[in-house]
Amino acid sequence: MKTTKLYSSQKKLGAKMIEFFGWEMPVEFSGIIEEHMAVRTKAGLFDVSHMGEILISGKQALDFVQYLTPNNAARLTPDKAQYTALTTPKGTFIDDMLVYCLDEDKYLCVVNAANSDKDYEWILSHKSDFDVSVENQSDSYTQLALQGREAEAILQSLTGINLEGMKTFKTARGSVAGVGALVSRTGYTGEDGFEIYTQSENPEKIWDALLEEGKTRGLLPIGLGARDTLRLEATLMLYGNDIDETTTVLEAGLGWLVKFKKGDFLGREVLLKQKEEGLRRKIVGFEILGRGIARPHYSVFINGEKVSEVNSGSYSPYLKKSIGLTYLPIEHTEEGTELDVEIRGHLVKAKVIALPFYKRDY
Amino acid sequence: MYPEEYHYTKDHEWIKVENDEVVVGITDFAQKQLGDVVYVELPQVGAVFEFHQSLGVIESVKAVSDIYSPLSGEVIAINEELDGSPEMVNEDPHGKGWIIRLKLRDETEIEKLMSVSDYERFLEGLED
Repeated sequence: MKTTKLYSSQKKLGAKMIEFFGWEMPVEFSGIIEEHMAVRTKAGLFDVSHMGEILISGKQALDFVQYLTPNNAARLTPDKAQYTALTTPKGTFIDDMLVYCLDEDKYLCVVNAANSDKDYEWILSHKSDFDVSVENQSDSYTQLALQGREAEAILQSLTGINLEGMKTFKTARGSVAGVGALVSRTGYTGEDGFEIYTQSENPEKIWDALLEEGKTRGLLPIGLGARDTLRLEATLMLYGNDIDETTTVLEAGLGWLVKFKKGDFLGREVLLKQKEEGLRRKIVGFEILGRGIARPHYSVFINGEKVSEVNSGSYSPYLKKSIGLTYLPIEHTEEGTELDVEIRGHLVKAKVIALPFYKRDY
Repeated sequence: MYPEEYHYTKDHEWIKVENDEVVVGITDFAQKQLGDVVYVELPQVGAVFEFHQSLGVIESVKAVSDIYSPLSGEVIAINEELDGSPEMVNEDPHGKGWIIRLKLRDETEIEKLMSVSDYERFLEGLED
């Protein structure tokens, strides 16, 4: 199994480890609920070095990224990142990802750990005439996420980068705890926060310094367990649960990142047709009204008829109820629609509620 | 850590014998494996269970886990406080986090259970 450069630092902190797509990663430190609430109320530090990094560079790098993705990469400048996707010709997901413009002709795609090899092959297989080179740099990057309302204050004391005026999705390069890094105001929790990338051989210097600096501000190390509950409350999609090669970008409620006017890209035709004709199904959020917790793949019924399966489903530590996502036929997607979710042989009442489940108030 | 006078199963349950009744809970090892418990589904008082039949479910944030009946018998009480405070299973697994009380059908079944030293050896084996 692969481990990140922070493996021993995390073991020392008492991390409970699990296998996650070939990686041995921390699932929890002090407990999912405590970690979850620390991020919602103070701050949390995540090692997400299992994520993949694929560099696209060369004269036609921008044209190539534009062809592969539905968002408008032409709006990227070397101080910006963008949420986007790798789409199939059917408008469905190979993956969702962040793209960072590192330089005029250099774009770094940050992709899901589970997909990084598949994505690399996909990108290579579409390279054909584009004058670009593609490099899978996943093994050289350490990625940390510092999330929560205290994140700015904690990080600011360890870097010369001016964070105060840094807007969401802006990026900057600088030194963090004496280590060269790329910092972006991004995250996967629904809170304010930063993601920190470094190719240093000593990333534990950043990890240790952040934990030390954050001590007085309630910062905790966070595992993949709370990462999942945090992102679900914030309604951020998880590849393999909520989006995959069978769901289109529009069905997933991510129409905002599809920029039809930018020109051609993989899946444009299908997505445009889908937009014009209207969706037949789309993702909705629901809450369980009865007892029990909706888990992935549980059956969803309307008026006794099975209409879908649960995509993501979990107990929500912040809202203290069971929530989930599922794709419903468009006529049943209105807020308040009554559903039944089959939990261990029993139908339990649920209803469609507004998304996102959680939105920060600062 | 593990009370001397309790009996244990390979499903990580503990059993405290009181005459022809037993109190059942999950062990500290089990609650650590599960993580934060958020919901415990229990049977009705009066329900009868065979040895190793599923008598309820514990849900943590991440996982669903069956609770198996460690012995044959009838449910004579459930821990109703777990409804509002499921976290007691994490906080005091061998005490206030008890789950169910059974009236035994066959007291000789107790002999099949592990002693505390057997259970601790069993746990050591799992860690290898």
